[in-house]
Amino acid sequence: MKYFQLLICLFIAPAFAQEVAPDALVKGITQEVVSIIKQDKEIQSGNSRRIAELVDAKVLPHFNFQRMTQLAVAVNWRKASPEQQKSLTQEFRALLVRTYSSALSSYRDQAIEIKPLRARAEDTEVTVRSEVKQKGAQAVTIDYDMEKTASGWKVFDVKVGGVSLITTYKEEFANQVRDVGLDGLIKTLSGKNRQAESRSRT
Amino acid sequence: MKNRLKLASALTALRRIVAIGAAATLFGCATAGNPRDPLEPVNRAFFSFNDGFDKAIAKPLAEGYRSVVPSFARTGVTNFFSNIEDLWIAINDLLQGKPAKALDDWTRLFLNTTIGIAGLFDVASDLGLEKRNEDFGQTLGAWGVGTGPYLVIPFLGSSTLRDALSHGLVDVHADLVVQHRKVPVRNTLFALRTINLRANLLDASRIVEEAALDKYTFTRDAYLQRRQSLVYDGNPPRDSQSSLDSDEADNAPVSEPLSVPDDKNSADSPVPSIPLAGLPISTPQ
Repeated sequence: MKYFQLLICLFIAPAFAQEVAPDALVKGITQEVVSIIKQDKEIQSGNSRRIAELVDAKVLPHFNFQRMTQLAVAVNWRKASPEQQKSLTQEFRALLVRTYSSALSSYRDQAIEIKPLRARAEDTEVTVRSEVKQKGAQAVTIDYDMEKTASGWKVFDVKVGGVSLITTYKEEFANQVRDVGLDGLIKTLSGKNRQAESRSRT
Repeated sequence: MKNRLKLASALTALRRIVAIGAAATLFGCATAGNPRDPLEPVNRAFFSFNDGFDKAIAKPLAEGYRSVVPSFARTGVTNFFSNIEDLWIAINDLLQGKPAKALDDWTRLFLNTTIGIAGLFDVASDLGLEKRNEDFGQTLGAWGVGTGPYLVIPFLGSSTLRDALSHGLVDVHADLVVQHRKVPVRNTLFALRTINLRANLLDASRIVEEAALDKYTFTRDAYLQRRQSLVYDGNPPRDSQSSLDSDEADNAPVSEPLSVPDDKNSADSPVPSIPLAGLPISTPQ
């Protein structure tokens, strides 16, 4: 079932994505994901496998993980061998997916508003802004930095409440590379991913 | 009369903060490592103290509170404390030259206190009056005062010299809970507010546990970005690091987005000036 969904995504999502504007794309995905969460009791009770499937199928195809990793690893990226670049991307992707899934599971029924895009037609990089409204607290802004690619618009950074994912990891990665080298960073990332995997299985 | 005295002391405090803040940004430049965090060893010590305190006391209390108090009651508590804050939020909006927003805040306060039954219900949000986040540290930021070095305060957590001083010297005087005359009432309200706040952050702190490689740097860099964003009400100037070619640039230092504020403006320019301090050195066009 999971592979079937993935297959559909691989073929349909890119074709669909090319034609829609970035803000419409974010809006469409958000609405779809939210409506699935609202109907799925298992996701609401925190079934992490189910959430990961949802993220895999609906959200991941619209992210450019290689670019994200490259930006976060910054100057050290060029010092990395192609294999190191590949494992860095893989592990960073796993880390982000897990974090994102974890955040999704705490979604209740907050209203999400996607702001109309302010960009020129020829722009190849845009920021789609959105707001998650919650009672008694200031709305949380979620901004998606997106780039135009051959296979549609892809997200390469997410800013939650003004906190950029890339900027936050940049310093962490730089410290790790300085202290234990690129392989050490890969080891730390994969260790963190394995640890979380075994925790979610128990 | 008492209010006038308070205002006078607040102004003296303000002058002190501006002076110290300007000096602190200079001090911040001189050290190696992350230029925003010259006191990292001390900060790390306080950070692990706070983390231990949180694990042993605050978090278990918050979890207990969340499992015992039903969700609607917790929302009521959140709304109640959020409502009293709107008075001070409005004043800060005024100080930052945003009278329309201040008017919104006061309307919120009026509606929630009356129709919302002493603030237990946030009816103003339902009517489209958005809750805002302001404090005196942000006001100083909007006036051009740099953040100064990053600090970790025992029990309170992440701060900067600017934010810590403006909280300790100014915000607390406007905190209706702390200023409450009857000590038992004050202490009860303070404890309830703190536990409720920690309970509201349970999901967020779980995500940080999962996401961070080093919780200290993760928390610090997220805090500094968050405050910068709040000073600009969610629209901070874009830094050059997010542009396409920055990852290829040879001379880009790794920690550039967190670079030292341009403190020249905060020291010399008349208040209120264009907010420039706290900006990454590379200003966008």
